[in-house]
This record gives sequence, structure tokens and C-alpha cells, in this order.
Amino acid sequence: MANGAEQVTGSKAKSAQARHIGQGAFMSNSPALHFHGSAAIAGATIFDPLDLNIAARRWTCLLGASGVGKTTVLRLLAGLGDHIDHAGSITASDGQSLAGRISLMAQTDNLMPWLDVFDNIVIGSRLRGDVVDGDRAERLIAQVGLAVHRHKKPNALSGGQRQRVALARTLMEGRPIVLLDEPFSALDAKIRAEMQELAARLFAGKTVCLITHDPGEAARLSDVIFVMNATGLHSVTPPSSPVIRPYDAPDVLACQGQLLRLLRETP
Amino acid sequence: MMRAIRIIGVTMFILSLWHLLVVLTGLPAFILPSPARVGMALVGNLELIAHHASVTMAEVMIGLLLGAVLGVMTAISLAQSPIARVVVRPMMVLSQALPVFALAPVLTLWLGYGLWPKIIMALLIIYFPVTSAFFDGLMQTPRGMLDQAKVMQARPWQIMRHIRIPAAIPALASGLRLAAVYAPIGAIIGEWVGASQGLGYLMLLANGRAKIDLMFAALIVLAVLTLLLHTSVDRLCSYVVRRQQA
Repeated sequence: MANGAEQVTGSKAKSAQARHIGQGAFMSNSPALHFHGSAAIAGATIFDPLDLNIAARRWTCLLGASGVGKTTVLRLLAGLGDHIDHAGSITASDGQSLAGRISLMAQTDNLMPWLDVFDNIVIGSRLRGDVVDGDRAERLIAQVGLAVHRHKKPNALSGGQRQRVALARTLMEGRPIVLLDEPFSALDAKIRAEMQELAARLFAGKTVCLITHDPGEAARLSDVIFVMNATGLHSVTPPSSPVIRPYDAPDVLACQGQLLRLLRETP
Repeated sequence: MMRAIRIIGVTMFILSLWHLLVVLTGLPAFILPSPARVGMALVGNLELIAHHASVTMAEVMIGLLLGAVLGVMTAISLAQSPIARVVVRPMMVLSQALPVFALAPVLTLWLGYGLWPKIIMALLIIYFPVTSAFFDGLMQTPRGMLDQAKVMQARPWQIMRHIRIPAAIPALASGLRLAAVYAPIGAIIGEWVGASQGLGYLMLLANGRAKIDLMFAALIVLAVLTLLLHTSVDRLCSYVVRRQQA
């Protein structure tokens, strides 16, 4: 466990650094979110009414099998629910609108193949017609370990490197709420573990909602865990140690086992 | 090098077939002249053919350029504005029911015997393929990119500029490759209807004076130039698309 403890102090130091990098103003504003309601697409029910509380400045994980509507919840939170009939509400604890306070990182990196790493990271500013903060982008590129790849285009990068670009692009937005839709599921185990650690460090202080179907990922990364299935949301107590947890700690493994059992038992 | 040998080989083969056909069937030279006769007509009238070829190529290039620019602008406005789609698109489709060739006499009537009716014919014939290829590309932007842009609170025009247009460049390239083949057809038809210069005019003139070998020489020059144009546009498009994504 000495190893795990060291890791935790290390990540604290680095998250302090992350906070220093131009995001401090937003951090204290990371609100809690409350999602309520049911969803249907073209008359077909996706899920019955449910209540989801996403804790402020914490990692809330929504774990479930494919097709239970996890992504539908996330799309509604992200404001991408034009085609979804949502009977319910989405509110932030500070009572303000969510528009412009959310960033999204999806399973597919959605990088623009015609832009190099730098230009992909600053695409948000360009799309809004804002001035590009080049220095900040350069610092983020260094933070995700891509300084030597700065001028490469996505086709020249590996899957892990591409998700690092997507991670830096998400950070570049400087939004207090981050929605993660299985962003690491397409990566191999080694890279996935590295990306989880990097994300935990760099998203510290933000309100994070992570969608995943990987019990191990949920056990490592979550402050709050909900298992989602056809009968609704089921709260599961995560291990008591702070995120990110070592993947081989006994309580993490026990939690992973419990989550997998829940996934398999429920309809 | 292999490519050059292959091209020369295929050309020699076609010329031999042609020659054999003339020798074996005994077709008179005013129906199908032998390749040698056509070759002599080509060499003997090089200056004349070059002059007319340069006129035709000027019409084709200007028509291609203007048609491409107009097609690109139309596709972007159609993609950007739902109102434009409702109003302009049916008109465009309807306009395709009218054979462009049928417009050639009208254009000549309005614009005279100069370059412009031919340029406009070339433009009209490529306008639809360029517009529709690029428009399709603009409407098929990957969903995830647009979602990302929406969450980033992008402005519609910035989405067009930074995502939809670059994502549609390969589709535009396909449209332009087609256009490079179509544009000469438009220019030649324009010349047939009424011209005092150009390869189409030269062919009609040679035909009228029973100089069938000259007619064939003009035809071959036209084919070679069209092929060159297509190859250059194809190479340029492939280069741009490759550069864009790597």
C-alpha cells in the first residue's frame, strides 16, 4: 500500500499544478448536477423515470451494460438531446444554466484529421470565434506528454496518443463539468490504466460524470457509483480511499467483483 | 518508368489495331483514314491545330474554374441555409431535366460567337456535378464532430469553416475529377453551334471540306488534352486530399 499512498500524494501535487494553469477561476464553480426524468426516442422508451445526483467536484460513475440508456443520459446532460423526448429536468446546484459549462469526451476521439495536435486542441476557441490562448495550449500539450508530437496530425498518432489529444482539448475548454462517455474503452489495458491516471489528475476539482461498462474502471475512478439497468439506478458504495485508486488494492478488487456480480445478476 | 512503357504499349496496340482495320477492310480514307495519314495531317497542320486547341483549352479551363467556384459557393449556401435548400434545390434538380446541350443555340444567340458562350456551356455542364458532390460531402460530416462542436457552443459559420468544409474536401475532389472530363464536352458543343475558332470548329470545318484526316487529328488532340486535363486535376486533387490528412 505504500505504493498507493505515494501515488495519491503525487497526484495531489500535480492536481495543484493543474489548478494553477488558468482554470482556478472555474474550479470553485463546479456545481453538483441533478438529472430527473424518463427518456424516449421516436416513441420507444429508453428508460423509465430516474433520479441521478452528480456530486460537485467528484467523479460520479454510471456503470451499465450496453443498451440500458447510459449514453442517452449523457447526451441529455450535454445538451445533445434534440431527438430525445426527455420528460424531466436537469438542474445545477447553483441554479445556473448548463450551457457553456460542459465539455464532452467521447469514446471516439472526434479529432479533425486535417488539423495537427495543436490546432485540434484549440478547435473550441476557433469554433466560437474566440482568441486562441496558444501558451495555455502548449502547456496542456506538455502536460499530456505530447510535446514532441505537437505538429503531427491524428493519422500519425496511436490510439492512446489520440485520446491524450482529446483529453487536452477537453481541458483547453476550461469547463467546470466534464462528461466522459467511455473515453478509454477502445484502448489496450496498459494505455487505459495510464489514461485513467492522467484524467484523474487533470480533471481534479471538476464535476465529472463517467459512463463506462468496465467495473474495474468504475472501482478505480469513482467517488460515487451507480449501476444502471432496466430497473433503474442502483447506488454502490465505492472503496473508501480517494481516487485514483491502485488497480490491485484489495478493496478496489472487491468493489470490482461486487460491481460485476451486480451487472450479471440484474436483468 | 513502367507506367510510361505501359502507356506507350497500349497506344501502339490501339494504333496497330486501327491500321489493321483500315488495311483489312479497305475502308476509303474519307470514312476512316489510316493512323499514318492522320499523323501526317497532324504534323502538317501543327500550327493550325495548336491555335485552335489553345482556344478550346482556354474555354475549358475558364469554364472549369468558374463552374467549380460557382458550384462550391452554391453547395455551401445550400448546406448552410435550410431556406436555400427548400427554394434552390428543387430548381437545381429541375434544371437538370433540361439538356444543357439544348441551351447552346440560345447562348450563342445571346452572347455571340466569341469565347463566352463556350465558357458558359462548360460551366453549366460541370456546375451540377460539382455542386451535388460537394453538397453531399457537406451534409455527411461525422456526427461526433458536430456533437463536439455543439457542446463547444460553436457558431454555425465557424462549424462550416472549421469542420464541414474541410471534412467535405474529398467529396469535392470527386466532383472536380468528374468536372475535368465533362468540361471539354460543354466547350466543344458550344463550338459546334457557332464559333470561328476552337477544335470543335476545326473538326466541322475539316469535315465540310472532306479533310477527314485533319478532322481525326483534331479529335485525337482533343482526346489527349482532355486526358491530360483529367490526369492533372486527378493528381492535384489526390495531392491536396493526402496533404490535408497526413
